[in-house]
Amino acid sequence: MEGIIISIDTMWVLIAAALVMFMQPGFALVESGFSRSKNTANILMKNLMDFSVGSLGFWLIGYTIMYGEDIGGFIGKASLFFNSDGIDGVPDKASLMFQTVFAATAATIVSGAVAERTKFSAYLFFSVAITVIIYPISGHWIWGGGWLSELGFHDFAGSTVVHSVGAWVGLVGAAMVGPRIGKYSKSGEPRAIPGSNLALGALGVFILWFGWFGFNSGSQLAAAGEDNALAISHIFITTNLAAAAGAVTAMIITWMKYKRPGLSITLNGALAGLVAITAGTDAVSPGGAVIIGIIGGTVLVFGVAFLDRVLKIDDPVGAISVHGLSGAAGTIMVGLFSTSDGLFYGGGATLLGVQALGVLAVAAWAMGTGFILFFILKKTIGIRVSRVVEEEGLDIYEHGESAFN
Amino acid sequence: MKKIEAIIRKTKFEEVKDALHDNGIEFFSFWDARGVGMARQSRVYRGVAYDTSAIERIYLSIVVRDINLDRTVDTIVSAAKTGQVGDGKIFVYDIDESVRIRTGERGDESLYIKD
Repeated sequence: MEGIIISIDTMWVLIAAALVMFMQPGFALVESGFSRSKNTANILMKNLMDFSVGSLGFWLIGYTIMYGEDIGGFIGKASLFFNSDGIDGVPDKASLMFQTVFAATAATIVSGAVAERTKFSAYLFFSVAITVIIYPISGHWIWGGGWLSELGFHDFAGSTVVHSVGAWVGLVGAAMVGPRIGKYSKSGEPRAIPGSNLALGALGVFILWFGWFGFNSGSQLAAAGEDNALAISHIFITTNLAAAAGAVTAMIITWMKYKRPGLSITLNGALAGLVAITAGTDAVSPGGAVIIGIIGGTVLVFGVAFLDRVLKIDDPVGAISVHGLSGAAGTIMVGLFSTSDGLFYGGGATLLGVQALGVLAVAAWAMGTGFILFFILKKTIGIRVSRVVEEEGLDIYEHGESAFN
Repeated sequence: MKKIEAIIRKTKFEEVKDALHDNGIEFFSFWDARGVGMARQSRVYRGVAYDTSAIERIYLSIVVRDINLDRTVDTIVSAAKTGQVGDGKIFVYDIDESVRIRTGERGDESLYIKD
């Protein structure tokens, strides 16, 4: 019987890992569609390479930094070239595979935030750094037995662990690399730089939504038995409801705010709902999931406008608002809507406080290390392409080939 | 000989082409043209409003014998008209010379096929 349980759980974790891996083309399509066609090959290359480089780096050392034996609540005991044949619920190798696709998701989020003006070589260095240092350490605090998990911080599938980490590094990167040429007028007014292909963008969002069922339900790390079957079914429902609520909310707000229901922001709204529910997908009721989706979609629309107009940070695809702001909001909402410990369910304010602390701690970590990383890259190989490269397109100058011929 | 140049709506191109063929005008050139004018289409992308001031039209160029001038112009006007602002304009020029490369025919006879 125990053998069958291990088999079922392992099957589920590996299927979910494959679903999460399929989010990579989702990201690639969203970013391609929301940016200009002269940079498409560059964006596809970045998405291909952050997954490839990230897979190697996470296997090489990142996984054990995250999940190795705890050292002081801060970091796992690192060992090289992971090759364990142990089984802890599921085989260690299934666990490595599942965690690898999560690490690569954190890395790929940055790609969109710094799109259309960042040097490819700098991006490669960055991909290595996030998957072997930045992500595994803050991940260890929460999922690897570190100090935040000791406090009871709840981030089931990674609103903060995965999405916010990527977004905060992206925020620092986008700020340091500067806005795209032409994004702001001389007086500082934001200008529209319409994406090349919203059909690709929409397909990408649907693919991400699809992959998210693996991202969230897979994080149960088990499927056998009544409890697990109930849990993963519940997670499917909360995930889907939050995404739907995020999309509907973004549509309504853009309709009221900008006179017409805008596709590009509404697509972001679905993703914002997904990111927001990821932390509490197992712990909130379906109704709670809808409210969290609504909050995610709301934060998204105003977050995009805030970054664009107030902070004047150019994020071509909305990655910082989707993954950072909505992820933070969703993580904090667990403290309100968790049916076991949330404030609205009589659990007091303890969890709410821990959630807020965790969000701030991870934001500080990701922005701090991100700043150091981009600062070093800026002083050495440079992070921004030259004006002529940016104007004529990264495809031709950085890669020597264009996506469309 | 006259050259008629007409800037017309893209949506009216097929109607104008068919009307010209019905009226015996078989040969002409056309291309996509973009221009600016009074019309503005305001759009919003990710919360930022912007104007698309470039207006897309079809540019026709037709060289006809003098006897066909009025008929051709009238045909274009009636087929391309919607009555709304932006229907376009027609310009007429004198043509000094015309040569059919295949036969070396010059002038009016280079502009039609003799049966």
